[in-house]
Amino acid sequence: MGGREHGRGDLTPALLDTPVWSDALVESAGIPVRDAPFVTVGGGIGSFVLVDYLRIAGVPTSDIRVLSNIDQPWQTYQYLTRVSQIPEPERIRSDSSSRPDNIWGFPSYALSEAWRDRTIRPLLHVLGEPIFADYWTPRVGDVFTSMAREAARIGYSRMLDRGVVRMVRRRDKGGYFTILTPPEGTSETRRIAYRSRFAHVAVGYPGLRFLPDLQEFREKYGDYTRVVNAYEPHEHVYEFLKTRPGTVVVRGGGIVASRVLQRLMDDRERHNLQTRIVHIFRTFVTGAHGPHLWARRKGGDGWAYQGFNYPKSVWGGQLKARMRKLDGAERAALYKEMGGTNTPKRRRWQQQMRAGREGGWYEAFQGVVERVEPGVDGTLTSIVTSDLTGESATQKIGSNYIIDCTGLEADIAEHRILADLLSHAGAGRNPLGRLDVERHFEIKGTASGDGALYATGAATLGGYFPGVDTFLGLQVGAQEITDDLARRGFCRRIGPIRSATQWVRWALGRPVKEA
Amino acid sequence: MVPVLLGRIQTRLFLLAFVGSAVTAIVTPLVGATYGTTFAILAAVAVLGVGWELLYHLLMQFRWEKDWPSLFGLLTAVPEGLLLWALLKRGAVPTVDAAPSLAAYAAHFLAVWIAVWLVANGPMRVPFPRWRFHGGRLI
Repeated sequence: MGGREHGRGDLTPALLDTPVWSDALVESAGIPVRDAPFVTVGGGIGSFVLVDYLRIAGVPTSDIRVLSNIDQPWQTYQYLTRVSQIPEPERIRSDSSSRPDNIWGFPSYALSEAWRDRTIRPLLHVLGEPIFADYWTPRVGDVFTSMAREAARIGYSRMLDRGVVRMVRRRDKGGYFTILTPPEGTSETRRIAYRSRFAHVAVGYPGLRFLPDLQEFREKYGDYTRVVNAYEPHEHVYEFLKTRPGTVVVRGGGIVASRVLQRLMDDRERHNLQTRIVHIFRTFVTGAHGPHLWARRKGGDGWAYQGFNYPKSVWGGQLKARMRKLDGAERAALYKEMGGTNTPKRRRWQQQMRAGREGGWYEAFQGVVERVEPGVDGTLTSIVTSDLTGESATQKIGSNYIIDCTGLEADIAEHRILADLLSHAGAGRNPLGRLDVERHFEIKGTASGDGALYATGAATLGGYFPGVDTFLGLQVGAQEITDDLARRGFCRRIGPIRSATQWVRWALGRPVKEA
Repeated sequence: MVPVLLGRIQTRLFLLAFVGSAVTAIVTPLVGATYGTTFAILAAVAVLGVGWELLYHLLMQFRWEKDWPSLFGLLTAVPEGLLLWALLKRGAVPTVDAAPSLAAYAAHFLAVWIAVWLVANGPMRVPFPRWRFHGGRLI
């Protein structure tokens, strides 16, 4: 609770228990009220992309508040990419024309890189993809640099208010109250209330979940260094392997598993190490798979292969159009059909794994880990049941480290703001159990007078639009919301002329005007 | 591109009407053909194109991603250009009695094709920011 006098401008039991607040109720708690027509909660890439759209649609910075505990919208993404083995010169798994700093996706990252470096190689690469080359993808460092440029152009810092958001509640006369806890020493009161007609929630992944057997091991033996999650700092694993030969168990079949394998294999090659890698897939894919000829994904050696985290047409083609019409169980079924963990089939990775299999130091198989126990000499023993030939067999696998690359996500109710929306603001769950939103990303059941509450990003996975937790998905959401706000008279609809003139300003690096 | 069927057809007709016409207007005197002939050829690309798009849409169904890589958009110039040339030689294109020279035809056809392809792969999104998310549909 900090050193501040408790109760001064803080939430009261009456506020906590009342789903719809009046101005008087907030004032009686001594919480100061700030007015802003539009508030976005989160301040990550989801907020940034929406604010970018609104600014381009002509909304002045004074009408927008970004409530966030981070200074730069890419900060969380930067942290996650770094620990999951994508340093800034490395390329991420994202399409050339998915640019969070440019609503048009033109020029694409490849075109920008070609222009900057005076070379046509990126363009030839894009031309040949995905047939003659792997998908061209941007360097993560370039993504951050271009976002910094756009943030300056739209006056992002002028819209940012620092603090931790506690909740969003409906207001009896329409709109919403968003409760912010500002950083200590910056405010007279413990909380500040933002009164807005519109609010937007983009708080990212609700949290990380560990594989149950690994969580059990960590809690039972208090060992957090030998069993690690790929999304937490685990540099010590690679450092250890440089000092002596060791065995690492890698679990998971997605992009993060690929990255971790690449790091292990790169290190092995670069430092001439003797690292052994045992890779356990819960679902081991042996070849092309799918229900029929028109829905078959490539696969092999355990992996399901796909260029990006969804089939490309979810962002604008057939799958997007199909999903938009589906509800309930039908929608859940289509998610299942196109879902499943997957990774891109990159030539470099294929080469490394082949070398590993031939050299006998990389082994991949299907298995379900029953439990993990401490072994001798500070090693770990995984008890694994495999079911490859129809008969289940149990084996024990010893290793120095286990890296969990499954990237399981926590339930949305584990996030405080989302939990409050579910319990007090009328929000519900979609067929996949996440936050239920409309086609225009308004959270179903949360309308308040002439106001609207929107959500984008990972929390809304399972909705009418599938690719929500991607750069392009955030832009699809931002576009839908901006168009909805235009319908409600908050901003103007971006037409061809406005779009083109704003693009010219972007190209010239001119700031977006205030009105 | 990740088109839907209607988006393919709309995009083709729109780009041929605007970009294709502009290129034809410029290229026609350079290749020594008449406007009557080149615009009739442009119209034939549009009309036959609806049929071609149906075929491409069918072929796309075999792709897991349901996408249409940029390269495909460029290479489909070959079958489309050959078919139209064969029709011109047989006098099967309305209002065109005598086919232009192969060089004139190829220069015009490829200039239009490449211009349309280039615009569809980027600049189209500048005035139409919703177009790419709607599978190429304009309306």
